[in-house]
Amino acid sequence: MAEQVHPLRFGFAGAFLLLLALVPVVAPAIGQPHYVTMFSRIMIFGLAAVGLNFILGFGGLVSFGHALYIGIGAYAVGIMAFHGVTSAWAQLAAALAVGAAAAVLIGLVCLRTSGVAFIMITLAFTQMGYFLAVSLTQYGGDDGMPIPARSDLGVGSLDHGAILYYLIFALLVLVLYAANRVVHSRFGMVLRGCKSNERRMIALGFPTLRYKLSAYVISALICVIAGMLLANLTRYVSPAYMGWVASGDLIVMVVFGGVATLFGPVVGSAALVIVEEALSSFSLGLPWGIDALVSTHWLGLLGILILIVVLKLKQGLYGALAAREQRST
Amino acid sequence: MTWNLFFTQALNGLQLGVLLFLLSAGLTLVFGIMNFANFSHGSLYMMGAYFAAAVYDWSGSFLVAALVAVPGTLLLGVIVERLALARLYQRDHLDQVLATFGLILVFNEVVRYIWGPAPVYLNVPEALSGTIDLFSLPYPAYRFAIIGVGLVVGVGLYLLIHNTRVGMLIRAGASNGGMAAALGVNIPLLNTLVFGLGAALAGLAGLMAGPIFAVRPGMGESILVLTLVVIVTGGIGSIRGAVYSALIVGVVDTAGRAFLPGILREFLERSVAQAVGPAVASMLIYLLMAVVLAFRPQGLFPVRHG
Repeated sequence: MAEQVHPLRFGFAGAFLLLLALVPVVAPAIGQPHYVTMFSRIMIFGLAAVGLNFILGFGGLVSFGHALYIGIGAYAVGIMAFHGVTSAWAQLAAALAVGAAAAVLIGLVCLRTSGVAFIMITLAFTQMGYFLAVSLTQYGGDDGMPIPARSDLGVGSLDHGAILYYLIFALLVLVLYAANRVVHSRFGMVLRGCKSNERRMIALGFPTLRYKLSAYVISALICVIAGMLLANLTRYVSPAYMGWVASGDLIVMVVFGGVATLFGPVVGSAALVIVEEALSSFSLGLPWGIDALVSTHWLGLLGILILIVVLKLKQGLYGALAAREQRST
Repeated sequence: MTWNLFFTQALNGLQLGVLLFLLSAGLTLVFGIMNFANFSHGSLYMMGAYFAAAVYDWSGSFLVAALVAVPGTLLLGVIVERLALARLYQRDHLDQVLATFGLILVFNEVVRYIWGPAPVYLNVPEALSGTIDLFSLPYPAYRFAIIGVGLVVGVGLYLLIHNTRVGMLIRAGASNGGMAAALGVNIPLLNTLVFGLGAALAGLAGLMAGPIFAVRPGMGESILVLTLVVIVTGGIGSIRGAVYSALIVGVVDTAGRAFLPGILREFLERSVAQAVGPAVASMLIYLLMAVVLAFRPQGLFPVRHG
């Protein structure tokens, strides 16, 4: 199917990516080098959210458990580095193998249900992964552990912030491009068909479980890669990476940006990370200790913000652009 | 000695099962009737525990604490339902999950603001602080009381749903809300009522769990996940399923943590068993859930509509 070009969204996404590409150049120049780390985080979570949106937005499967796969990616890097294996390719192979095995098994169980049961079970399995990580006392247990060395790509060291940044950027662009192709392929059509009317797809003769499972595994593997990047960025792994809050945050990013839009999750990730940063280091010099109140209890404010977005802004930030285009045509 | 340990762990499992039942009964009703995924149910449990701790600290009487905490949680549940959640009944599950996720964050911070981040202690009431000898085996009286209260509530809930007019309306709303509304049942009022009932049960669970677990911000989430496992295993919307599956999950989880490391030590090397034991024990109920769903995707006791 030939894809229509949406000028507003296309322009916005292009400008956004251009902005991201310029961050490592601009940030040191304006004396704010920590922006490189912040935008690395934005892109990593954006990558994971794009992965989640693949099944949540296009497949209609609300997974409350994709942080599990971020955790698998991060722990693969952490555990292998702990045992002295720092080759990025070995880590990638191991992480993808473990991630795929977990996703196939969990997906097979979860996809036997749908709707709310699916949400609940994906959350339950993520908690299982969380408790498993907590019980791995030799790898830090509850506290997590620092990673002795970043992954070794063979070319260029990831210890250099800009190299890691552009690696993340390249992967994000690659995944966005691939997701665009997949969503508009026959496979993507079947997946979207399952979302709008699965019974009809079955009646048409499609083995829908196979399609949904493949989509689930693909989206899980994108999160595994995001997890590996996150471990390399922070040089730390912790069970908190796969806590239920992390899973919830991913859904928030997708919804903030716009469900079932390609670029929306990246916008949502940027919005959430920036709001987090702004609230947790809130200091505008307001009276009555409001600054301290906001910066200690910013999670509560985030909760209120989420409530307002859900109740009022149904399409998300980037989704609003799409709606606007539809109105004007 | 081994038999004693076994018996004590069985009672502990039963007591965890009763707590899980109180939570899952409310949650499964809310889901069965409103088709609403309320992930903030654990926060109501937490609020119940905090209300109880605050009132107990102030009055020194566990009875007063109970009399304030349970209606207090009910009232809180009704307010939250009316202000925010009732608008989401017609929306898809994604919106419901997100909104209640937001609520969890809000509740945790409210608690952290009022009572601070450190755990608050709620003591066992004087009258129940001793132990009861059962077949010459001492067991804490308070834990017995939990099991007793759970059984009473379970029977009461059964009578309420099967033998009263309100219960009939609840059943009608669950099996076909639209039809019940067409016959003149005030569905929004019924929804609020059911939500309040669920909140009160969560508050009761929080009150009773307070002296056993630490009362701290975020205490609702770990038990919420167990509750979700119970509901999914038992069959979503089914009270009967919630009863059996709460007891099964409670006993399996407790027994797994108590005995599995020891059992594994028989088969595996000591160092391996020490590493694997706790990990497998903490995964046991999830594996149980996976096995149940692999054979019965609708849960053990699915609700039959129609």
